[in-house]
Amino acid sequence: MTEGQIVEPTLFELSSAGRRGVTFPDLDVPRAGLPESLLRPDLPLPELGEVDVVRHYMRLSKFNYSVDGGFYPLGSCTMKYNPKVNEDAARLPGFAFVHPLQPIETAQGALGLMFEMQEWLKEISGFSAVTLQPAAGAHGELTGVLIMRAYHQSSGDAKRVKMLIPDSAHGTNPASSGVVGMQIAQIPSDERGNVDLAALKAQCDETVAGLMLTNPNTLGLFDENLEEVIKAVHACGGLVYGDGANLNALLGVLRPSDVGIDVMHFNLHKTFSTPHGGGGPGSGPVGVAAHLADFLPTPLIGIIEAGQGDTPPLYGYVTPKKTIGRVKAFHGHFGMIIRAYTYIAMHGPDGLRAISEYAVLNANYLRARLNKTYHLPHDRICMHEFVAEGRFEGSDVRALDIAKRLMDYNFHPPTNYFPLIVHEALMIEPTETENKDTLDRFADVMIQIAQEARTDPDLLHNAPHNTPFGRMDEVKAARELVLCCWLPEDYEK
Amino acid sequence: MTYIPISPTEREAMLAAIGVKKVEDLFKDVPAKHRFPKLDLPPALTEMEAAASLEGWASGNETTRDLVSFLGAGAYNHYIPAAVDHILRRGEFYTAYTPYQPEISQGTLQAIFEYQSLVAALTGMEVSNASHYDGATAVAESVNLAYANFRGKRTKVVISPTVHPQYRATLRTYTQGMGLELAGDDSQADLEAGPEAIASLVDDNTALVVVQYPDFFGRIHDYTQLVVTAHARGALVCVAANPTALALLKTPGAMGADIVVGEGQPLGIPLSFGGPYLGFFTTRKQYIHKMAGRLVGETVDNRGQRAYVLTLTAREQHIKRERATSNICTNQGLMALASAVYLALLGQAGLRQVAELCYHKAHYAAERLGKIPGFGLCFSSPYFHEFSLCCPRPVEEVNAHLLEHGILGGYDLGRDYPALKDHMLLAFTEMNSRDEIDYLVEVLSEVSHD
Repeated sequence: MTEGQIVEPTLFELSSAGRRGVTFPDLDVPRAGLPESLLRPDLPLPELGEVDVVRHYMRLSKFNYSVDGGFYPLGSCTMKYNPKVNEDAARLPGFAFVHPLQPIETAQGALGLMFEMQEWLKEISGFSAVTLQPAAGAHGELTGVLIMRAYHQSSGDAKRVKMLIPDSAHGTNPASSGVVGMQIAQIPSDERGNVDLAALKAQCDETVAGLMLTNPNTLGLFDENLEEVIKAVHACGGLVYGDGANLNALLGVLRPSDVGIDVMHFNLHKTFSTPHGGGGPGSGPVGVAAHLADFLPTPLIGIIEAGQGDTPPLYGYVTPKKTIGRVKAFHGHFGMIIRAYTYIAMHGPDGLRAISEYAVLNANYLRARLNKTYHLPHDRICMHEFVAEGRFEGSDVRALDIAKRLMDYNFHPPTNYFPLIVHEALMIEPTETENKDTLDRFADVMIQIAQEARTDPDLLHNAPHNTPFGRMDEVKAARELVLCCWLPEDYEK
Repeated sequence: MTYIPISPTEREAMLAAIGVKKVEDLFKDVPAKHRFPKLDLPPALTEMEAAASLEGWASGNETTRDLVSFLGAGAYNHYIPAAVDHILRRGEFYTAYTPYQPEISQGTLQAIFEYQSLVAALTGMEVSNASHYDGATAVAESVNLAYANFRGKRTKVVISPTVHPQYRATLRTYTQGMGLELAGDDSQADLEAGPEAIASLVDDNTALVVVQYPDFFGRIHDYTQLVVTAHARGALVCVAANPTALALLKTPGAMGADIVVGEGQPLGIPLSFGGPYLGFFTTRKQYIHKMAGRLVGETVDNRGQRAYVLTLTAREQHIKRERATSNICTNQGLMALASAVYLALLGQAGLRQVAELCYHKAHYAAERLGKIPGFGLCFSSPYFHEFSLCCPRPVEEVNAHLLEHGILGGYDLGRDYPALKDHMLLAFTEMNSRDEIDYLVEVLSEVSHD
């Protein structure tokens, strides 16, 4: 290692034979014979003291950018502030130590909370029924597509295998349809960033299973022809899937079911403030209109015995009549559901609407401040996010360079190179939890970077400069494929 | 306005900069007749009130701390060292996104890289991905790997009936559009039959064989011969393993398995009524391009420093789109971190100690429970920390009796296996003292006398 470098050794490099972190009480029962032929000869795990482990992870944590540390305007990811009370709530011993297979009489608190969460999500979205089981947004999509497929099959309509997906939809939509065996037909966007109605109608035939619609779409635009789009799909017998990843723009603004969307997933880790955890866990509940309710995954949380007077109802498990089955073990990401429940409880109906109003206000304010300095391919009022082009005429600076340069100013970059339909896309979503000072500082820096792109493009090409690590050799990673720590020699048997 | 730090004056200035008069003007694209619906939800609570409300729900549960618990069946009551949650509560970890910007995400990336290494070491496999949702979905995704490996030309999957019933159910859900034949997925099959019965179902059309280790009943089988048979037919083998057991037992990797997956919850993740948990997924290097999920690889930055990046992303949904093996995007990042911290704190000696405590306590319990008149152990194979106990009365009644005495009894196997009516699956961990086990014996003895 060269001097001045800050590389943190791996757990395996820090290991020293014979060190112990945690120990457990001595065995208090007689030893039983071990099945000798079924034992492993060695266990190549590191050996460390507790302080070694804590300092290791403390040092690693300092290499991370986070919402707690700064502004994270990552488009379509809704990196809003994660309230601390949510974290405490999820860790209450009365929740954390409940086994998923306990008799329902001993888990009424957990089941009651989940039941109420189903009811709240129904009210927010207008849907007739909600499952909390899916583990993440893409898992919710998979659940939704399986429900659409099962619905058509139960109507004897097995030829419906075509899924229409606008080019402004979320990136997971094609894969979610593909893994279920659907054929994908991509629908282009029109000049104003809406679904191209003529192109959509040309695809609407008796083989259409449905449309997967992200609205507001990944351009941050609310489709101006939304009701016509939905009508066209319904007219040919298809269903409309709503990708709820952008729901942060619509709380108390529009209930997706009211405009005819048949099925939608929620991202509790976007709209309802549960933390992203460095890649997960998320939670992707799915809501459906009445005609799809029988197909939801099993089990749902329901009332088994009605309450009377002071006696609360008895909550338990209910299996929908034509269920697609289970999409995972147990009942969903309960810990995330608690966090989102706390968040909704603290907002109430007016607070929820305020979330979306301010998310949209903040996005439009940034859009207004960056307009002209950056080319905006769709220069109209946006919803909770917008897309700018990260390129300048006569300059070889790219969106990637702008993204990396932002790190030097201690900002997380926007999503870049998505959506694919905008050249050098920079997709900016400030969320409602940022104040005006932060937005102004970000806008000032973006304008400054545009200036630097003209005067000193190499400053951008070589960025970041002020971060602990510089740009990565991604080719080396893919070519050499070192995917595990080096293990000391005596481990290799 | 709970977490919205904008003053009315600032709002007015922002509206002016945008060029609209009021916030409502920003929503003109929303169909007017549906715009701003009134939501029938309870009024907002302050943090103090919300905290009290949540305490109220939490107090409506009886937990594995209030009761003496012998419930397992896929989720286990283990001790979690305090340092695990202290590290998880670092905002730098839990409020970060997926590490798509490696220059400012090295903490997450190195932590995942180390997680991959720990899981590979535990399973005896070559590569691990950055996680799946849980054990059930990891099993389901193993079918996607095998299906893609044979380009859809092999259409049969053999799965042992002794794989967790909820994992099998999840696999059925995932594969319902794929036109696969599922063999062995029969809860009425002979449960004593052992791996040979599964091997006999493998043919030249078989893409994948799935078994569990220890199986759902806690039994330990050596699958080496099954792997040989499956490989002779060209099929792959997936073993769903309990990670605690792997501290003690021969690894599925050493048995020749092609894919090893499992539920990582026992590694420092609270029971939390079923989630979030952790699906781990490992395979051999030759199948890496068909494996789903994120993968972290080592590289260097432009200053010559060792560093880590997400690699082989061309396999994933956001690039391969509808041709991807899986649609997984968000995974269980923070849960993978929890398990890595847990494994680092326990180390080889600590994890082995936990595994041995589980093993010996279960065997002590079996020895005593098997002698209670009317009760009996139903399988003779070696087992790890769980076993099936035959009861003289319906499990529901036995469990109700146990609950009256503050004991959370075992899982009712009759729910999933008709032949195991009146059988309960009991689990033992380091959390169960000898006194607790003796107490269980005492209370169950009353059942046999009633």
